[in-house]
Amino acid sequence: MIYLQLLYVYLKIGFFGFGGGYAMLSLIQNEIVVQNHWLTNAQLADIIAISQMTPGPIAINSATYIGYTVTGNIWGSMLATIAVCLPSLTIMLAVTRFYLKLQHNKYVTGAMGGMQPMVIGMIVAAALILLTPDTFIDWKSWVIFGLCFVFSVLKVNPILLIVASGVVGIMLY
Amino acid sequence: MENEKRQGVMWWQLFTSFFKIGVFTFGGGYAMIPLIEREVIDRRGWVERQQFLELLTLAQSAPGPISLNTSVFVGYRMDGYRGAFASILGVVIPSFVIILLIAMFFTEIRHNHVVEAAFKGMRPAVVALIVAPIMGLAKGMGWKRILLALVAAVVVWKLSVSPILFILLGAVGGILWTFLHTKREKR
Repeated sequence: MIYLQLLYVYLKIGFFGFGGGYAMLSLIQNEIVVQNHWLTNAQLADIIAISQMTPGPIAINSATYIGYTVTGNIWGSMLATIAVCLPSLTIMLAVTRFYLKLQHNKYVTGAMGGMQPMVIGMIVAAALILLTPDTFIDWKSWVIFGLCFVFSVLKVNPILLIVASGVVGIMLY
Repeated sequence: MENEKRQGVMWWQLFTSFFKIGVFTFGGGYAMIPLIEREVIDRRGWVERQQFLELLTLAQSAPGPISLNTSVFVGYRMDGYRGAFASILGVVIPSFVIILLIAMFFTEIRHNHVVEAAFKGMRPAVVALIVAPIMGLAKGMGWKRILLALVAAVVVWKLSVSPILFILLGAVGGILWTFLHTKREKR
């Protein structure tokens, strides 16, 4: 049953999506591209690009988009979106009530400290997984990558970089 | 009283504020923090600046997108469960509607030559945007932890192991490390 599967996958993504944003990407990739084959790597890269240009976090955007494409209707889209929000909602409600106590608990701090390098590792993994022949088609792709990297380190607005790369793509290909 | 009537009830204020945040937070993640700050601290005065810093640490430590976590926290503080629901709906609805529309129509234009060319240009840009903040994040980490991060990255990349495993390993490892350290101190 595709709806149950969507629900399960996005609950998992919501529950284990530590580090937010890019750190959640490798988890999304693993579930959506590797395990369920709902999208190809290039299609996922397209959603990330769309997500950069539209409001909202990538996790929610991907849930809405994939929920729709996988089921072909709005209900699937809604289900996946709600599923990815549920863990945030319940965990934050629980944590908000005890947060002062939890904050200074050394085991909580320890667990967070242990997860930190993993979260960074998952961001690196997300980038490595996207380095495939269907996203980097030729040397021009590498030039775009290099320029965007430099501009991004120089704190140029990411939306501007995505739009500019799109325009360059239209001119080149 | 007058003031309250003009601005509406609390859950509605929460909804509209977070709806606004939801509409204008392009790119998500850390890009939206200044916007939330302006709305929640400066404009509404719901949270104090010191408390906001604590809230950010919390929102980053809990799983899920930071904007969602922040909305639940502020909403619950201001108006209990009703506030939490109103806030989270406010953040989610704008992005839900926009992406749904894109999903419905993108499939039709996706094989258009110009659209395809634009995405060919954007895909490597996406990878660059993911790579760029890594060095900043790794700053201040010792070489052992950097090595750990790299090993985790390569295993997830090459062997397609689920990232969930590494998140769990990190948490358990951190707890064990704290436990062993405390024991040693006691002796």
